[in-house]
Amino acid sequence: MSRTAGTLRRYVLQRLALVVPMVFILLTFVFLLVRVAPGDPVSAALGGRLPPEALAQRRAAAGYDRPLIVQYLEYLGNVLRGDLGRTISDNRAVSDVLVENGGATLTLAGAALVVALLAGIPLGLYSGRHRDSFGDVGVRLFGIVSYAAPVFFTGLILQLVFAVWLDLFPTSGQASPITQVRVDEITHILLLDALLAGNVDAVLDVVHHLVLPAITLGLLCVGVFLRLVRVNLIQSLQGDYVEAARARGIPERYVVRRHAFRNALVPVVTVMGLQTALLLSGAILTEATFNWPGLGSELVDYLNNRDYVAVQGIITVFAVVVVVVSLLIDIVNALIDPRVRY
Amino acid sequence: MTDEAVLRVRDLRVWYGTERGPVRAVDGVDLALVPGETLGVVGESGCGKSTLGRGLLGLLPEGAKAGGEVRFRGTDLFELSGRALRELRGPELGMIFQDPLTRLNPLWRVSEHFEELLRTHCPDISAEQIRHRSLATLRRMGIPPTRYRNYPHEFSGGMRQRIMIALGLVLNPAVLVADEPTTSLDVLVEAQIIRLLADLRRNFDTALLLITHNLGIVAEACDRVAVMYAGHVVETGDAREVFAAPAHPYTRELLRSTISLSTTGLHYIPGAPPDLVDPPPACRFHPRCPDAMQVCATRDPVTVSPRPGHRVACWLHGPAEQVGAGGDAPLVREEIDVADEA
Ligand SMILES: Nc1ncnc2c1ncn2[C@@H]1O[C@H](COP(=O)(O)OP(=O)(O)OP(=O)(O)O)[C@@H](O)[C@H]1O
Ligand code: SF4
Ligand SMILES: [Mg+2]
Repeated sequence: MSRTAGTLRRYVLQRLALVVPMVFILLTFVFLLVRVAPGDPVSAALGGRLPPEALAQRRAAAGYDRPLIVQYLEYLGNVLRGDLGRTISDNRAVSDVLVENGGATLTLAGAALVVALLAGIPLGLYSGRHRDSFGDVGVRLFGIVSYAAPVFFTGLILQLVFAVWLDLFPTSGQASPITQVRVDEITHILLLDALLAGNVDAVLDVVHHLVLPAITLGLLCVGVFLRLVRVNLIQSLQGDYVEAARARGIPERYVVRRHAFRNALVPVVTVMGLQTALLLSGAILTEATFNWPGLGSELVDYLNNRDYVAVQGIITVFAVVVVVVSLLIDIVNALIDPRVRY
Repeated sequence: MTDEAVLRVRDLRVWYGTERGPVRAVDGVDLALVPGETLGVVGESGCGKSTLGRGLLGLLPEGAKAGGEVRFRGTDLFELSGRALRELRGPELGMIFQDPLTRLNPLWRVSEHFEELLRTHCPDISAEQIRHRSLATLRRMGIPPTRYRNYPHEFSGGMRQRIMIALGLVLNPAVLVADEPTTSLDVLVEAQIIRLLADLRRNFDTALLLITHNLGIVAEACDRVAVMYAGHVVETGDAREVFAAPAHPYTRELLRSTISLSTTGLHYIPGAPPDLVDPPPACRFHPRCPDAMQVCATRDPVTVSPRPGHRVACWLHGPAEQVGAGGDAPLVREEIDVADEA
């Protein structure tokens, strides 16, 4: 046991060391992406709205008149200190944007992941177990369609059917105004705050609002999980150790459940990590469709206002989230699969 | 000899469905195993030895079909319910697979394999008994108790082979199929394992079907031998007698190809074993047989019994009246070009 713990600790340390260059590379990408375009953020956001002298003054104050490389180093330094700058259009600290709107995105992404896993894993297992049956064909078709359908299209259909026609769910927003007012902000995650306050009505209200956006975003990822689980299960069921378990007289349901399923699910964790990027990009569109007050909505607003400082700040956070999640996923993987640790 | 047989195989046929048509890997095999007896199965690679071994447990890979009967203590395995057959596997019918590296579940400790096996077949067993029995069996295989809780990837190939053997032995099955159980072991361990298998049948009256490429092992450790060629058993009999005086040309050639190593350099049988989708008609060995006659290419050989307990399917021993006029004239065929083959 102690041996296992030792190798695990070493693995985690190695993996942590890898995070440094990964973050560095990503930050460089973000900087290049946002800043390599001609012009500077101040002119982009305020150009034409201020007299040229005032513009130049603001530019100098923000340091955009210095060489790009200096700005790049400063950006890295600021990010490392946790300073993401202030937005140009409405002069908020980007970190405040994160705090105020990050919770909604987190809630949405988490719920969508749950939807994707709850639907994708059972469907994939069913499909793999009953390969080439009618059900399998149907499930696979569903996987392809749900992945290929654009997020806003899925969202609109769901809104139309479940919100407008059937009137089961609200069309947009994170909660009714009354809930927003009544729940004290503690964590800035509305759902969590409502839970902490023990306010059942508020919790139900948020969940009620959450259902359609979560399904919309979840459907984007469900196909990936479904196909992955299906293929893995089919492979596992033909695996040598599965045959060996059968030869030892292990009941088929246990062969499937304990040997094949578990092994088929190992890659799901990895893919879950890889889905973070898909999830975040899907969240932007979902939030826009459902008017969900998360980072994605903010990002779209700031993009429309050409506020590149805000955009850069939010994308930086997205990038860091992707790296951190991939780190966590690798550690979870090492816990599940002993072979990974070496 | 026949009535006390614990396992009796009649006209067993196993074929794999492939795109090119059925691969008739086992094609009409008759066998009987009495308690405490070791039957060696030899033959070139691809002649159906492993398929026969699986067939004895009623274990068919996906896409495989079987005909004929395999009777364990009188009941036909192919007529048993899935559950009844499963309950026989493990405590009555054991199997040690050919490729040990991939036969253990990579996510499970060795201990978990034993726990699952013993709990399945002995529902009332205590954790302490499980540990005791597993460790005792592993120790006989030279695996120290300290390794009990290790994962498969922490063992060498030979050790995994021995763990697989221990898993096969721990329930003392009445019939044990051992498919090349010593191929990945060094000579010393090999001798040790063979001795262990010999002990097993002496102490527990286990009937052992030992599949091997090593004719030396057969000569030393087997009571009887079955020689397989292209899905058929072409000769069976007392191991020593068959080796001293092989009746079938294939047996003779197989023996020559090993012994002559020390005498006149490597002797081998020209040509390759036939394609089992479309095997040669009549005697399947006729394209390669040095003794082939006219009749060999036109009619299936009849199985005859030159001595009690000794059976051979070859026209050299066939009933003279069935060979027919001129049937014993040498077969004229295109010369197998040895250079081309190589
Ligand atoms: N799952 C399968 N699907 C299709 N064909 C198969 C399958 N398993 C085995 N075969 C074919 O059946 C024939 C017999 O295979 P088998 O494994 O029984 O041979 P073997 O005598 O054990 O060979 P070896 O000595 O190499 O282990 C071979 O031609 C092989 O290609
Ligand atoms: S039947 Fe004919 S071809 Fe076949 S082994 Fe005997 S002699 Fe050779
Ligand atoms: Mg084999």
